Amino acid sequence: MPTKIEKDAVTGTDTTGHEWDGVKELNTPLPSWWIYTFWATIVFAIVYCVLYPAWPSLDGHTRGVLGYWSRAELAQELDTQVRARGRYVERIRATPLADIGKDPELLNFAIAGGRSAFQTNCVQCHGAGGAGSKGYPNLADDEWLWGGKLDQLHATIAYGVRNAHEKSRQSAMPRFGADGILTAAQVGAVTDYVLSLSGHGTAAPEGAKLFQDNCAACHQADGKGNQDLGAPNLADGLWLYGGDRNSIYRSVFYARNGSMPAWADRLDEATLKMLAIYVHSLGGGR
Amino acid sequence: MDTRLNDEDAVSVRVRKEAQPLYATRIKVYPRAVAGRWRTIKWSVLVLLLALYYLVPWLRWDRGPGAPDQAILIDLEGRRGWFFDVTIWPQEVYFVTGLLILGAVGLFLATSLFGRIWCGFACPQTVWTDLFMLVERLIEGDRNARVRLDRAPMSGGKIARKGLKHAAWLAIAAATGGAWVFYYVDAPSTVVKIFRGEASLEIYFFIGLLTATTYMLAGWAREQVCTYMCPWPRFQAAMLDEQSLLVTYEKWRGETRGKHKAGASWEGRGDCVDCTLCVAVCPMGIDIRDGQQLECIGCGLCVDACNQTMDKVGRPRGLIRWDTLARQQDRERRAAVGAWRALRPRTLLYGALLLIVTGAMLTAFLLRTDTELTVQRDRSPNFVRLSNGDIRNSYTVKVLNKTREERSLVLSLDGLAQASLAQVGDGAFTVHPDSVGTFRILVTVPATAAPSGSRSIEFIVRDRQGRERAAHGAVFIGPAR
Ligand code: SF4
Ligand code: SF4
Repeated sequence: MPTKIEKDAVTGTDTTGHEWDGVKELNTPLPSWWIYTFWATIVFAIVYCVLYPAWPSLDGHTRGVLGYWSRAELAQELDTQVRARGRYVERIRATPLADIGKDPELLNFAIAGGRSAFQTNCVQCHGAGGAGSKGYPNLADDEWLWGGKLDQLHATIAYGVRNAHEKSRQSAMPRFGADGILTAAQVGAVTDYVLSLSGHGTAAPEGAKLFQDNCAACHQADGKGNQDLGAPNLADGLWLYGGDRNSIYRSVFYARNGSMPAWADRLDEATLKMLAIYVHSLGGGR
Repeated sequence: MDTRLNDEDAVSVRVRKEAQPLYATRIKVYPRAVAGRWRTIKWSVLVLLLALYYLVPWLRWDRGPGAPDQAILIDLEGRRGWFFDVTIWPQEVYFVTGLLILGAVGLFLATSLFGRIWCGFACPQTVWTDLFMLVERLIEGDRNARVRLDRAPMSGGKIARKGLKHAAWLAIAAATGGAWVFYYVDAPSTVVKIFRGEASLEIYFFIGLLTATTYMLAGWAREQVCTYMCPWPRFQAAMLDEQSLLVTYEKWRGETRGKHKAGASWEGRGDCVDCTLCVAVCPMGIDIRDGQQLECIGCGLCVDACNQTMDKVGRPRGLIRWDTLARQQDRERRAAVGAWRALRPRTLLYGALLLIVTGAMLTAFLLRTDTELTVQRDRSPNFVRLSNGDIRNSYTVKVLNKTREERSLVLSLDGLAQASLAQVGDGAFTVHPDSVGTFRILVTVPATAAPSGSRSIEFIVRDRQGRERAAHGAVFIGPAR
């Protein structure tokens, strides 16, 4: 509480009556520009509350007479974006997949668009940049289960692998050991033969015979695989599930049948094309 | 050299301080017109600077088809700066930084030589305020007439005069705002659009903004900008010393001041006849006879005013003058007046800095190439092992073609034996005029030639004649062995 209002001798201004450790505060009037600014902010606040959404209510908020809504603005901005991209997207839709790479501008747009779709939908399995990991193919190398040509990539992306889509890539390797087609010893012999295909050790003739009887139908007599069936090349240095003896043994014994969703169900045609172009550009596509 | 305040000065400063209330309401300044040497210089500088500002955007410069023909244009949308034959790309904005450094050091040098010559003559705030004051004077009359008009009750004539003044101010302010946007857009076509109401919202916004600030700052705020808003007066004192040229009042010669009757003796009194002309003409509303003050912008108008009075009363000119503190003190002591020492450690230092920065910028400018290369390596995966064991890294290569013609180039690699380069897509390695080409490049080496870990390599672009145009370092990563 103010105690005693008095006039300060030096300045001739009233004090506020407060005193702190002997220091008194002058009650100097505020400068007029300050007062005006203060009133202006109040007027601004009131006008703002009337024009724009401001006050929360139980079922939402006041609408504001301008009808402005940040969500509507966002939608509009997104719309502008989509329309700005639309010219390119339309060209991509209209251009045959094989011809997109001939136009550097379109190619760069497709790569960028494909990359962004890839970051959203594909990195969870295939890793950033398509590096893959055990069980998930590396998309930047040149080993392709279902083919690395543009249209093959497009088909794999659009319809996926071993899913319910009618055009899905389908094939299944038998569980040679688990289902009793081969004995454990025979599986071991086949494993040694498969290892020898890529120059790791020598195999007994029994393994070669078992391979020709059971595996060559899909993997070919020379073990180089068959992309129509998604049968991997067993004669190179790349292994989806590991190239050590134990991993290969398990692959033969239990079989491996990875799957991938059909993206045609979720993405539009232009995005699928851009994804194919992007994956192709990673370096492995033929 | 002793440049401290003497006791008398100190006392007068203290008294002035105590007499001032905490919040001084603005005392309106009514500067009076004055003629003289400094006023003439000030007018000339004003005309020159304003002419430059308003006219430069209208200079044309033929750059051939597809490029703007405005001599100076900062094209934000196209992300280019056009300065006659020089095109500045976004990655070259360091030139702007260099210019700003040059400006700052130049200002330091000018201040330590000539005091607040920038504030008094070249600062936009000063120039436009001066222009606005001229308009004010033409419409409302000189100092006394203006004071009378402000004190007079509201009347039709007063409203007309005031209205006319503000209309003129706003027109100048709008022209100023308009000229500003012309530095960023094509002037002749935009001026038509502006008047037809077809220009973009941004353009109207910036014209409005510049109009409002010019009108407020030069019309209303004036000396308050220099005193309260501008940081420059607060630290320019650090650039001044006793050899800097300043506007000074020769106290020893002027005091004791007082009215002087024609024919009376000058014995036993100072030369200042207390005509207060120096106060009346001061755009900052200060009394230079109180000594050096933060508010003084060094415009020299009080020099002109006092010289007029001195001529009239028949005393030597220069009671208020441009001079150095050192020479002032020499004169006060009736000692031999030393020469002005322009070359001093600080001016030499500023001068040397100026030369070094100019040299560095010139070198950078002359070494500028018309082709630039940047290389970005894919990091995930770090490298790819192909089925035959080869190791591959992939890169995104960008080539800047700063020329105005389409360029067909050749990319090669240095530092990695047996490496082969492949480009993604079927396009050629060509870059459109004045643009950036982006290419994905795959570099493959046989397993035996692959480095263990990372190896420094260099990408090189050559023109069709095999001349190297640009190079960029990168690394190639192989599996650790
Ligand atoms: S004191 Fe003199 S030099 Fe300083 S601002 Fe006033 S008129 Fe200009
Ligand atoms: S103009 Fe010169 S003579 Fe007149 S008051 Fe100022 S200093 Fe004194």
